[in-house]
Amino acid sequence: MLEIGLSHYLTVAAVLFTLGIFGIFLNRKNVIVILMSIELMLLAVNINMVAFSTHLQDLVGQVFAMFVLTVAAAEAAIGLAILMVYFRNRGSIAVEEVNAMKG
Amino acid sequence: MIIQALAFYLFAGMTIAAAVMVIAARNPVHSVLFLILAFFNSAGLFVLMGAEFLAMILVVVYVGAVAVLFLFVVMMLDIDLVEIREGFLQYLPIGGLVGIILLIELTLVFGAWVAVPETAAVAGVPIAPLDQVTNTRALGDVLYTKYAFLFQTSGLILLVAMIGAIVLTLRRREGVRRQSITAQIGRRREDGVEVKKVPNRSGA
Repeated sequence: MLEIGLSHYLTVAAVLFTLGIFGIFLNRKNVIVILMSIELMLLAVNINMVAFSTHLQDLVGQVFAMFVLTVAAAEAAIGLAILMVYFRNRGSIAVEEVNAMKG
Repeated sequence: MIIQALAFYLFAGMTIAAAVMVIAARNPVHSVLFLILAFFNSAGLFVLMGAEFLAMILVVVYVGAVAVLFLFVVMMLDIDLVEIREGFLQYLPIGGLVGIILLIELTLVFGAWVAVPETAAVAGVPIAPLDQVTNTRALGDVLYTKYAFLFQTSGLILLVAMIGAIVLTLRRREGVRRQSITAQIGRRREDGVEVKKVPNRSGA
């Protein structure tokens, strides 16, 4: 219990990932929280990568965690930009009402 | 050893509690603030794991840029809080079911995970002992040599994201009088001043 090993970090990452999925299911009216849930899931992935990196003594995991971080930042910027445009056009950010492309 | 364990449980517990509050908070602004807390604590976890550079990057990029971006957008959007909370519990059963199943699966996978002893020998970039090479230096050594193309590509991704965000949100509104500095500077005396010959005892 006091010996902190790989499995401890993997458990934290698993719980974080599950919370991210849970947040996506739960907040159907609020795209911002969905975007934040995606960030949480990416954070869980990063924790996994770094945990394996230290456990296996291989730096590649940290390098790729950095790339994941980059892509996460880009994704957040684009997602929020789309959100702004959507809000400007529709006046709402509810996911349930996104059916403009339904034809 | 006990300090390390205590720090781990503190950071991990705070991270998970903050993550719970992110998806459960009533106000999106509170969600963003809890997201910041979660990122800070996971940066602590990264430090515990020995990835100091990534921990600092996490704080700089996520807390300094992404979370503030979220905060800006949340405050710019005029959201009806009451409407947002409607039907919140409607998806709780299915979401909880999916979440619990996923958690069980992940725990089973990671619980049964065993590394072959040879993995250390085939490491792509072995980590040197920390007292010889610092984490930042070790990362830089491989990032600019072995992963230079990936590094450039991630720079391109950021550039495309930046241009995309600007193109998406930029709008020219009609009927707004804007200051045109070039037009102001390019104005000549002949354009603005006209000399008129005014006859005596009559207006211009």
